[in-house]
Amino acid sequence: MMRLKTAARAFAAKTMGHAIVFFAWLVTAVRGIWEGSEPVPVQRVYFANHTSNGDFVLIWTALPSRLRRRTRAVAAADYWLTNGWRSFIGRDVFNTVLIYRGEEGRDVDPMEKILEAVDGGDSLIIFPEGKRNMDPEVPLLPLKSGIYNISAKRPEVEMVPVWIENLNRVLPKGKLVPVPLLCTVSFGRPMAVRAGETREEFLARAGEALLALRPQGGPQATAGQAPGEVRG
Amino acid sequence: MSAAAVDLIKLLFGVLGVLVLATAVGRVLREQVAPDRSNPGIENLNARIDAWWGMAALLGLAFLAGKTGVIVLFGFISFAALREVLTLTTKREADHWALFGAFFVVLPVQFWLVWDEWYGFYSIFVPVYAFLLLPVVSVLLGDTRDALVRIAETQWALMICVYCVSHVPALLTLRIEGYEGREVLLIAWLVIVVQISDVLQYTWGKLLGRTKVAPTVSPSKTWEGLVGGVISASLIGTALYWITPFSTWQALGMALAVTAMGFFGGLVLSAIKRDRGVKDWGHLIAGHGGFIDRMDSVVFAAPIFFHLTRYFWSAV
Repeated sequence: MMRLKTAARAFAAKTMGHAIVFFAWLVTAVRGIWEGSEPVPVQRVYFANHTSNGDFVLIWTALPSRLRRRTRAVAAADYWLTNGWRSFIGRDVFNTVLIYRGEEGRDVDPMEKILEAVDGGDSLIIFPEGKRNMDPEVPLLPLKSGIYNISAKRPEVEMVPVWIENLNRVLPKGKLVPVPLLCTVSFGRPMAVRAGETREEFLARAGEALLALRPQGGPQATAGQAPGEVRG
Repeated sequence: MSAAAVDLIKLLFGVLGVLVLATAVGRVLREQVAPDRSNPGIENLNARIDAWWGMAALLGLAFLAGKTGVIVLFGFISFAALREVLTLTTKREADHWALFGAFFVVLPVQFWLVWDEWYGFYSIFVPVYAFLLLPVVSVLLGDTRDALVRIAETQWALMICVYCVSHVPALLTLRIEGYEGREVLLIAWLVIVVQISDVLQYTWGKLLGRTKVAPTVSPSKTWEGLVGGVISASLIGTALYWITPFSTWQALGMALAVTAMGFFGGLVLSAIKRDRGVKDWGHLIAGHGGFIDRMDSVVFAAPIFFHLTRYFWSAV
């Protein structure tokens, strides 16, 4: 009976995963742009800008399915374990690496859990800004140290910068229904901590690599200014 | 089998023949020039031809499925096109519900009205009701920044992607004496003439093109290509007069009108792409870019063709 329940849950999770990916594609027609890396099954940590709750689903959708199976997002346990549905999606469907952000409820060091997943052979998706970037005027928040620590401790893993474009317009903060707009996910050149490189230098380089992936053209080109601002 | 079905099948076989020929030419060119697929021009040509197969098959299936099939197909094209255009427009958070309304209220209602053959409403629904009410939704949230740009861009997107596209299936609602049951052939004629004109303008331009029409807008559009494409496509449209309610001379006049409109559509939408710094509207049709890249000429030609036909031939 237990085994049957587990199998049913696994089947439901798999079906749900396909449904979510199909829905994400239907809404955004997302396209993966590979600039400097190839969609090959190499162990990687994909680090991306974070503007929407749907970010990791979109990266998942943009990855070819053979890579998707071995790619897990690093997500906040205090968000994904709050109710049954979320924990089903976070744990069963996406097999996320759940870490605790606050001090409360933290039994293990987040870095330990991340390295454990890396040593298990999985690729990871991580958002080094730490939280969603809600300010449209600031393209990227300062990056946190996690990606430096991973690369310094596991130098053989490729650190791949990923830029997600437009998803924040599909599903702005506080909105429950998405509007269909095209999104792109750009995968950049793999990087690693260089010999003698400091934490600050690496994080600055990673931030630049992310910003360099932003697509040219699009609506930003004509975004006007607020009333009262003086045009230069 | 009805006469209309016989004509439709003849037409489908004709299209099939042209596609087989094009495919053969594309593959022979590849064999002769670059069998290792290293020539991007030839690869793009082959990708385009392959995509034409898909597009012809979809259109053929929709025709066989009848009015509902045609309306559903163009409804999906409209959705994909609207998504491409609105992606490139200036938007702010306050526009979320207006965008939602454009996709999930205006678009389905417009196509439902066409299905319902309610001419008095579908011909004004977008330019009167949608244009006046959608900005209200955006403005009620109090965000005035770029207000005119945001409102105008959404309206233009609705105009070309929903209103104009819906005039293709709307051709099915025309009632022409002695042409009953054959309306779907009007759509076939419009799409074939306009698309062939695009292909021939491109071909003539490649062969003879010297003088650019509007170099700042599109370096690939030349007077030689335009004139050669419009004339040769119009002759094809004239030769196909037997599927239309037009006489040969009328078919020629109509073909000139829709090919000219098609050219203007391509020109205007290139200018918008250039302004936004993108090469293609989207990426869903291999070799062609997005839906708007393929539909730009049809979009401009459809309402004019609809109204000319309605005014001179239709009883309703």
